[in-house]
Amino acid sequence: MLEIKDLHATVAGKEILKGLTLTVRPGEVHAIMGPNGAGKSTLSSVLTGHPAYTVTSGSINFYGQDLLAMPPEDRARAGVFMSFQYPVEIPGVSMVNFMRAAVNEHRKYRGEEPISASEFLKLMRAKKDLLQLDNKLANRSVNEGFSGGEKKRNEIFQMAMLEPKLSILDETDSGLDIDALRVVANGVNTLKSKDNASIVITHYQRLLDYIVPDFVHVLYNGRIVKTGPKELALELEEKGYDWIKQEFGE
Amino acid sequence: MAEDKINNTKSDDIIADVTSGDYKYGFTTDIETEVIPIGLNEEVVRLISAKKEEPEWLLEFRLKAFRHWQTLKMPKWAHLNIPEIDYQAISYYAAPRKNAPKSLDEVDPELLKTFDKLGIPLEEQKALSGMAVDAVMDSVSVKTTFRETLAEKGIIFCSISEAVKSYPDLVKQYLGSVVSYADNFFAALNCAVFSDGSFVYIPKGVRCPMELSTYFRINAGKTGQFERTLIVADDDSYVSYLEGCTAPQRDENQLHAAIVEIVVMNNAEVKYSTVQNWYPGDKEGKGGIYNFVTKRALCKGDNSKVSWTQVETGSAITWKYPSCVLKGDNSIGEFYSVAVTNNYQQADTGTKMIHIGKNTRSRIVSKGISAGKSENSYRGLVKVMPGAENARNFSQCDSLLLNDHCGAHTFPYMDIQNPTAVVEHEATTSKINEDQLFYCNQRGISTEDAVGLIVNGYAREVINKLPMEFAVEAQKLLSVSLEGSVG
Amino acid sequence: MKQQYIDVYADNRDLIKANSAPCLNIIRDAAAEAFKITGFPTHKDEAYLYCPTLQYLATDYGLNLKQIEPKVSEKELFHCSVPGINSVVVAMVNDQMRAISETLPDGVVVCSLKDACERYPEEVENCFNSLASKHADAMTHFNNMLAQNGFFVYVKKNTQLEQPLQIVRMLDATIEMMTVAHNLVYVADNAQAKLLLCDHNRKGSKVFHDTLTEVVVAPHARLELYELESTSETTISHSQLFVTQAEGSEMLLNQLTLSNGITHRHTVVDLDGDHANLWLGGMVLNDRQQKTENYTEINHNASYCNCKELFKYILDEEAEGAFSGRIIVGDGTKQTEAYQTNRNLCLTNTAKMHAKPQLEIYADDVKCGHGATTGQLDETALFYMQARGIGKEEARMLLMLAFVADVIDKITVEPLRDRLRMMTEKRLRGEGVKCNNCSLC
Repeated sequence: MLEIKDLHATVAGKEILKGLTLTVRPGEVHAIMGPNGAGKSTLSSVLTGHPAYTVTSGSINFYGQDLLAMPPEDRARAGVFMSFQYPVEIPGVSMVNFMRAAVNEHRKYRGEEPISASEFLKLMRAKKDLLQLDNKLANRSVNEGFSGGEKKRNEIFQMAMLEPKLSILDETDSGLDIDALRVVANGVNTLKSKDNASIVITHYQRLLDYIVPDFVHVLYNGRIVKTGPKELALELEEKGYDWIKQEFGE
Repeated sequence: MAEDKINNTKSDDIIADVTSGDYKYGFTTDIETEVIPIGLNEEVVRLISAKKEEPEWLLEFRLKAFRHWQTLKMPKWAHLNIPEIDYQAISYYAAPRKNAPKSLDEVDPELLKTFDKLGIPLEEQKALSGMAVDAVMDSVSVKTTFRETLAEKGIIFCSISEAVKSYPDLVKQYLGSVVSYADNFFAALNCAVFSDGSFVYIPKGVRCPMELSTYFRINAGKTGQFERTLIVADDDSYVSYLEGCTAPQRDENQLHAAIVEIVVMNNAEVKYSTVQNWYPGDKEGKGGIYNFVTKRALCKGDNSKVSWTQVETGSAITWKYPSCVLKGDNSIGEFYSVAVTNNYQQADTGTKMIHIGKNTRSRIVSKGISAGKSENSYRGLVKVMPGAENARNFSQCDSLLLNDHCGAHTFPYMDIQNPTAVVEHEATTSKINEDQLFYCNQRGISTEDAVGLIVNGYAREVINKLPMEFAVEAQKLLSVSLEGSVG
Repeated sequence: MKQQYIDVYADNRDLIKANSAPCLNIIRDAAAEAFKITGFPTHKDEAYLYCPTLQYLATDYGLNLKQIEPKVSEKELFHCSVPGINSVVVAMVNDQMRAISETLPDGVVVCSLKDACERYPEEVENCFNSLASKHADAMTHFNNMLAQNGFFVYVKKNTQLEQPLQIVRMLDATIEMMTVAHNLVYVADNAQAKLLLCDHNRKGSKVFHDTLTEVVVAPHARLELYELESTSETTISHSQLFVTQAEGSEMLLNQLTLSNGITHRHTVVDLDGDHANLWLGGMVLNDRQQKTENYTEINHNASYCNCKELFKYILDEEAEGAFSGRIIVGDGTKQTEAYQTNRNLCLTNTAKMHAKPQLEIYADDVKCGHGATTGQLDETALFYMQARGIGKEEARMLLMLAFVADVIDKITVEPLRDRLRMMTEKRLRGEGVKCNNCSLC
């Protein structure tokens, strides 16, 4: 579904990604690990089309489409979802209005009719329970006044609502206590199917106890320097990143 | 029933409904109109008064105002670029030719269609929307609904010309008592030539059971509209009043100079809400309404309260400062405003809070949104007189900029003459947050829709103060008037 | 009212010119013509809405057109220095500079504008009237018509001056007199300086003190300018200060009014180069019938500039204060940050405060804000202190000192900061502002 070839990207004139190649097939879970500054968050920003990042060369193919040629909203509608590391607060905009706009845009993209108000509320209620979010969520402003854990659960809730083909979880475990981590992971696992895939970006191994990856990639200095099975994550946890730095450092 | 309706409206997705960025109220109605020749002199003032069969005192009132107006110059202090207005090129009276109808059957069907298009619940069966409506087209009040229901409670709600005939003492007592004819250039002009408007009297101890509403529409070309609203809330009474405005698209500018006066007695409360959507002119800044309005409330009694809420999206130029004179002890004044300017629109709007009585409180929340090449200014005065012990004011004025060719300005004035007063003003100006836009984009929402959402969120504190029917309309208006403003 | 000044000028044009700095004579006639048209501003002009000095222009003042040097002994003049400040002190009486006895540090020039025209014609040419002409209003024309001299401060390229320069301006007159001065400050590329301007009025001379000062802060230069007003009830002070800041420059401008009569300060700062930084602030302590207005205008004409503005007023008895601050962010500028704060305390029923903080934004890449409050001391804090055994009066004093502390703390010259704290406390205790051993102020 996703083919990234020799991707180079810069932010504020500085090259962060230096030839990244990655293939993701439906049903797979890929974990991307690496030390701070390796380019993990840059990868998610480039995939979703953040305007601050410039792709200087390389390609991203998503179900036969050139992802880089699409504006951010079309990438989202085509099925690329990102759970933000720092979810953005939008004061005054209620979750219900926000989500309904998003769901209907997705439907329109697929040529479907807008969802009715009552259907929508039913859907919201169902998905909300999955993430153990409270009932007041619908009327609260997007992420405003949410605790760290609530924000992350809210991200996965949105993922459940939008049913993406490719989910990118950008440091979803940061700032979560163990209970919240379990709730979030449970949400992600429930949504998993043979037709969708996930890229889990994380610094630590602990999230991978709950979301078990098929592949673990080590990102260092803008490139994937090592790929292995889920055990690679444990190895990294044990040994840290220093040996990677020594092996691949400049 | 009413509750269901509200819930539905609340969850309604307003933004998605909006597909067209055109000014949707820009039609003219083909109605036979009686227009007097253009120009302004004493004869015209006399003619207007004669046409309305007014008593001598009112003619005198008009003439005094007219003579004073002739000595005045247009005010220049606002942050507005107002082209020279030729006051002799305007007709000061235009009325649908038919006389006031007794029932809906007698109303010109064309006129009814107009109000249908405006979405005004003029018909009796729309009683469930819980609103009594006075519709003013051009210069004349054409229909007031629910007169009888209101009359049972002793509430007077009629056109001001009718009030002059039926309740001359009340009108004479209060007309000009809050806004004097000498107040300013446009007020003097209005006093000289005002044609019609609404009159409301809520008797002692009565809570008005429904929202009272006036819809103003300018229809005839080359005419000015000078309506006048007078609301008197007697002791322990309450009323919520709504004002809506639309005008057809015309290439030439049209002048609108209204006066609203509100008198609030002991323990009474008046809420006055406006959704102003006069034609703003086209994308090149051609045409549009000049909206020069004087609105003022006098909290005359102790413990009285007045609350102005306005959503301003229309007009080529807006010059408007709904004010509160807090004379009674413990009286409260509030001002909630959202002003949107796009393309070449200019707005200089805000409020005045004059604290005279003891323990008076005021609150100002102003949200300006600028786009296109527009200029949007907040201008407000908080004045605490020496006798206003323990006066309190809080003002919050925020500006949001949608691109780099528009202007957003904040001009608060604070005059404090009492040591026990606490007056606080906070203001921020920033451009629309790019992280928020990207977050919406990532959820599949287009940038244009995202702007609509974010702006509505930004303005929510004010919109929430509007009655539900108006809130929905206001949200739509916000999105529509900003279409095509980003990028 | 304007006619008397037009007549004075017409009757004495040659006399004025004969006793003036040559650069002033060049613009004099044009200024007189412009003044004939504008006359004085009125309260209908937005910038002069609350201006308290205008009415005092009606008095029939004497003017020292022959520039006769008033007799003030050196001892009196130099008595006022701050202990431990170790500053270079230069004295002026009205608009005239006294001969400088001290040797000035390297790279620094302080002299009269008249001397500067001879000794530094190029530098004068560069700075003179460029800002005043750009922002000229009726009061600028008035000053340009009558000003005969003033001071000139020039800090040469790359000069890093640690020692503060102090100009003590003594107002002195035996009749009701008007003084009109035009001053220049030029801090050249990469130079640093601290300049302290102290105004005093000896024995309560009746003076209308009109000054116009142009300040040029060159690329990467840094200037700290302290204006300290410690005059008398008989002083009417009307000043215009125009500043331009070039790329990468920094300026700290602190305007402190400890005691005065009637004051209007009109300050315009143009941030003309990218990455310029400005802190502009001030404090006003007024009682009796003193009146002080600060009008400030900060123009962001370049990108990546940053300004912070902070003004605090404490008004007692029948004092009247006005603050009118404008921050204007020009079209096409990027990444502007601008914040303005004005906080005021009215202590009596008869004190009045007018505040007008304004933002005018013509660009979208901005973070701007302003806040203004007028109120009284925090009652809970007062009670808390009383509960700890501090008397109410003492507690009030502490809170008032705390109220203005952030303005005083901005002073980087330590002895001056300590002195200001002491003077402020004395002032608030109603003891009058007298420095130790000082017989003058």
